[in-house]
Amino acid sequence: MSDIVERTLTALPGLFLQGQPGGGPAAAKAPFSSRLGGLVRGVTALTSKHEEEKLIQQELSSLKATVSAPTTTLKTMKECMVRLIYCEMLGYDASFGYIHAIKLAQQGNLLEKRVGYLAVSLFLHESHELLLLLVNTVVKDLQSTNLVEVCMALTIVSQIFPREMIPAVLPLIEDKLQHSKEIIRRKAVLALYKFHLIAPNQVQHIHVKFRKALCDRDVGVMAASLHIYLRMIKENSSGYKDLTGSFVTILKQVVGGKLPVDFNYHNVPAPWLQIQLLRILGLLGKDDQRTSELMYDVLDESLRRAELSHNVTYAILFECVHTIYSVYPKSELLEKAAKCIGKFVLSPKINLKYLGLKALTYVVQRDPTLALQHQMTIIECLDHPDPIIKRETLELLYRITNSQNVTVIVQKMLEYLHQSKEEYIIVNLVGKIAELAEKYAPDNAWFIQTMNAVFSVGGDVMHPDISSNFLRLLAEGFDDETEDRQLRVYAVQSYLSLLDVENAFYPQRFLQVMSWVLGEYSYLLDNEKPEEVINRLFKLLMSDSISSETKAWLIAAVTKLTPQAQTSSTVERLIQEFTVSLDTCVRQHTFELKHLHENVEVMKNLLPVNKSCEDLVVDASLSFLDGYVAERLSQGAAPYKPHHQRQEEKLSQEKVLNFEPYGLSFSSSGFTGRQSPAGISLGSDISGNSAETGLKETNSLKLEGVKKLWGKEGYLPKKESKAGEEMEASPAPLENAVSENMDQAGTRRDQAPVLAQSKEEKEKQLLASSLFVGLGSESQINLLGKADNVSHKFRRKSKVKEAKSGEAASARDLTCSSLHSPSHVAHEENDYLTALQDRGSAEAEEFPLGSELLDPESVSELPVVGKLSDCALSAPSLFADSDMEVFHPPSSAAASASAAAPVTAEIALASSFLEETTEDVRSGRVEVCSDETVTMSSYKLWKDDCLLMVWSVATKSGSELKSANLDIFPAENFKTSEQPGCCLPAAEAGSTKTFQYRLQVERPFTEETLSGSVSYQRVDTHAVQLEFSVNLSLLDFIRPLKISTEDFGKLWLSFANDVKQNIKMSEPQAALPSALKTLQEKVRLHVVDVRGNEGLLACRLLPSTPSLLHCRVHADGLALWFRSSCPALPDCLSYQCQKAIEGS
Amino acid sequence: PEEIQQQIVRETFHLVLKRDDNICNFLEGGSLIGGSDYKLIYRHYATLYFVFCVDSSESELGILDLIQVFVETLDKCFENVCELDLIFHMDKVHYILQEVVMGGMVLETNMNEIVAQMEAQSRLEKSEGGLSAAPARAVSAVKNINLPEIPRNINIGDLNIKVPNLSQFV
Repeated sequence: MSDIVERTLTALPGLFLQGQPGGGPAAAKAPFSSRLGGLVRGVTALTSKHEEEKLIQQELSSLKATVSAPTTTLKTMKECMVRLIYCEMLGYDASFGYIHAIKLAQQGNLLEKRVGYLAVSLFLHESHELLLLLVNTVVKDLQSTNLVEVCMALTIVSQIFPREMIPAVLPLIEDKLQHSKEIIRRKAVLALYKFHLIAPNQVQHIHVKFRKALCDRDVGVMAASLHIYLRMIKENSSGYKDLTGSFVTILKQVVGGKLPVDFNYHNVPAPWLQIQLLRILGLLGKDDQRTSELMYDVLDESLRRAELSHNVTYAILFECVHTIYSVYPKSELLEKAAKCIGKFVLSPKINLKYLGLKALTYVVQRDPTLALQHQMTIIECLDHPDPIIKRETLELLYRITNSQNVTVIVQKMLEYLHQSKEEYIIVNLVGKIAELAEKYAPDNAWFIQTMNAVFSVGGDVMHPDISSNFLRLLAEGFDDETEDRQLRVYAVQSYLSLLDVENAFYPQRFLQVMSWVLGEYSYLLDNEKPEEVINRLFKLLMSDSISSETKAWLIAAVTKLTPQAQTSSTVERLIQEFTVSLDTCVRQHTFELKHLHENVEVMKNLLPVNKSCEDLVVDASLSFLDGYVAERLSQGAAPYKPHHQRQEEKLSQEKVLNFEPYGLSFSSSGFTGRQSPAGISLGSDISGNSAETGLKETNSLKLEGVKKLWGKEGYLPKKESKAGEEMEASPAPLENAVSENMDQAGTRRDQAPVLAQSKEEKEKQLLASSLFVGLGSESQINLLGKADNVSHKFRRKSKVKEAKSGEAASARDLTCSSLHSPSHVAHEENDYLTALQDRGSAEAEEFPLGSELLDPESVSELPVVGKLSDCALSAPSLFADSDMEVFHPPSSAAASASAAAPVTAEIALASSFLEETTEDVRSGRVEVCSDETVTMSSYKLWKDDCLLMVWSVATKSGSELKSANLDIFPAENFKTSEQPGCCLPAAEAGSTKTFQYRLQVERPFTEETLSGSVSYQRVDTHAVQLEFSVNLSLLDFIRPLKISTEDFGKLWLSFANDVKQNIKMSEPQAALPSALKTLQEKVRLHVVDVRGNEGLLACRLLPSTPSLLHCRVHADGLALWFRSSCPALPDCLSYQCQKAIEGS
Repeated sequence: PEEIQQQIVRETFHLVLKRDDNICNFLEGGSLIGGSDYKLIYRHYATLYFVFCVDSSESELGILDLIQVFVETLDKCFENVCELDLIFHMDKVHYILQEVVMGGMVLETNMNEIVAQMEAQSRLEKSEGGLSAAPARAVSAVKNINLPEIPRNINIGDLNIKVPNLSQFV
């Protein structure tokens, strides 16, 4: 097919020629001044691609000569430009003309300018460097009195405009919002929309003006502003709820035909406007009953008014249905909408059918019965000749898949998969099939076979996650040992039989999966000797079609199998063959195999059978090097500094010692003498060197013990049962289900009595009943007559033990930090005590278990506890049943601990942070949420290296909590880490519990909310969860950067990202000092230097992204110029500074 | 990205050409046009295909009718439009398009308004001098020639809406 098209394409010019013998003379007669015409004719007269190329190249070189000749008039230039556009359209490079296009836009008169702008918009792309040259022209034209020029400038701005140059034209365009001509206002609104898209922060201050545009008397301007609102509401619907009323009114007017007749299209009033408004309403009313209630009337009205006469009314109807299903449900409307969907789905017009399917896909999650109503249509669509319709149907089926219909649906999907060739579709579909198979697989054999199909078709284009997920599933297994075994055995068997097929070709990734599975699990097969498996793998290795990556996998598999095989000549042959391989990776693997092969004992130890899931604990903090580091330090070596710190120090050129503690230290009373060797003996100081590897471990490394490679967690039996009782749908008796299905079939038969029950029909119904089983009410279902316990069977195990070890670590941290801050007040001690009780009892459970294992590794735990005793904690009875001795606490600590209890929470808390508050600034306490038992409040502590969020949960008097927990939801722009804070597992009435979270920015932003939940359990058993959120601003993460003017200069030149911004001020001359002061106070910028009417400021975004600001006073305001190494930062910062200055 | 542009045009052309009249006018995203959020919506007029590439923020049927509006406007501006008009006056086609769609957003759907804008611009052109009148006559001469049945195809009035990093192309 495609080459026919190719031929048609090339033959086309020829056809033109044949068509033109009559026209040729006629055209020649006319004084055809446009040489474009000549060119087009010339091109169409040619017969081959090759000739076309020659002609165009010729044309281009003559054009090149013309445009670069200084004598060329603008008029000729204009004409040349059009020809250039034509050449470029045909796919030839005309880049030499770009600069001339810009020139033409700059210098020409109106018509020439127009061509110039057009050429620019067609030639250049958004980040083209030549665009900068256009900015001046645009500014000039925006100020022009000629409407057409202004229009052209606005058009080009909304098409392509460099982001950095927005401030140059922004005020001009803002002014245009008040222009008397509608067309200008309309275009200005769209230009601003474009700015909103590429740099939202810079137009934030004109949101008020958008509201004005929404109320514009011209419908066109209002319609244009809807684009902006649709976008903004999509981003944040809660901010625009107040506009719902306006949108509803507008829609009412539109639907009621109040607009000028001009806007009617096929007698439908402004259909595009309606569509846009319906979309906005859908977004606004989502999950919001109150807002939704406002719009029910108008939705009903739109549904009613849209008589089905024309295509475009269907478009409105579709939007209506979509909106009705998005907003808070109202049953009457839903009913009507469902009927509408029926009209779409049953329509003979294919476009409407497509949309009907789309609507169904959207709706089916809410109301699966709708799919049941249309099941026959859906079945028909499955066999539709149009692949697009088919794909949409599969998408719908994908949504209604459950454990009973999964086999049929996946089979349909695989059928489609085999037919399709486009990579995009394959990737998409393969992902879906793998997901469904994982979720709902009815049995092992089916699962493996499906995945085999997925791998062999999807092969190398599919997402790499799929294969690794699959392997992880196999490796980690499920709850049931025998089930695991069966699955693995089945996998091995099927792969071996696949490999036995002669001349079969499998994708590389499939082979990799196979080799891993065979290497890992072929020992499970009794009748298959490892030697034979090795032989097969070797055969594969020797074939030519294998990539070197796959070879590495194969060799790894052979290596795993070798210790199980007695002796294998194949292995030796393999070694011989590949030790000389040219691929280094393969070669290394072979050498490893070679050396291991020589020492079988080591090999057996190194490669145990079925241990792929055991976790290797790696000491990432390199704590085993601490001794060495301490030694070197004591010999006078300089301590290690992380890269960013070195850079910073280089900047500040400080000759004095840095007394700031680096990394995190819980109490700032810590070790100021970091550089002095004396501090080292304290042990914890060493870990400052590995501060950046794990902030949490700062103070605790030494204590943690060096050899914790195989911690006792690794041996803990895994027995967490999960997913067990999930989704245990009550299985109905088999007959019931079948009869229900029969009933459905029956009714359908009644509806269509004329149609004879052809065989085909029966098949379809059979298919329908298998596809739609499990939908609708729960009482039907269950064709397989099997309990639903297989659902979610392949759910992955969550790694509970990781959490556990984390917990242990933090507990250890807890104790350690207390070691170093003896000055901490009693309240905290009290906390430790309770924490320890908890930990102690946990340990008490673990120790008996591990008591046989109390080899040197776990003994290293002991010093921890040993040191605890120094810390004055009275918990003698706690450890009585473990093999530790009782501690004898100094009585003073005990006294203080008991004294702490009556102290009110507020005071205790405040005092515990006394040290920090002296150094760091903190915000006022804000209450974030509360209920009858607890009150949750928070404040921010702007520490030098992070933002510390401190949450405190206060229990009100009269209620006791058993436990309380705080969860912070992950946010995309920053990372949080829990601070070794004080936790109170059981809170008495009237006490307070605090949590601390360190926040660091990952990506710059302007405003962001951090949300989380606190859950607690009352003594009277029920658990409660409260959600809260806190607003964070970029300013929370900005810290002053103290550098010298020279360094400022150096840094300034090294940064590539900049943003300029003008702020209007009444008295600019006097404003500089006050503006600088505002910036210093509010935005926390460091004022580096002030010279005349210029000021230099610097700051850093946590942890260490520097940003510089240069501000200069000019006639009517203040020019701010930001530069940074991070691309997004200047933008955000400029917005903040502007807000700060305008707010002051 | 000249080559990518050409590739997109070529592949779009092949995709669209392969489709019968009795199947739907929407083509869902391929990797080429930027993923699943984008789709091609086309309409077929005699020997011409008009293809729009839109993202999910547009209504499919709405765009279908927008193409209709665009074509009707072309018809009004060129007085009974044919494919040769579009080739020989591709700049003018672009101007009209710029009135309908600006910077990837639907600007104007009111046909009379668009025609009025275009007339204002062509008045300008005429006042520019006698030269521009001549081509119009020439074209109408060409237009009257009865073309033999060209296998349906020719120019793809292809423009993309909101495909990032790609400028408009024909």
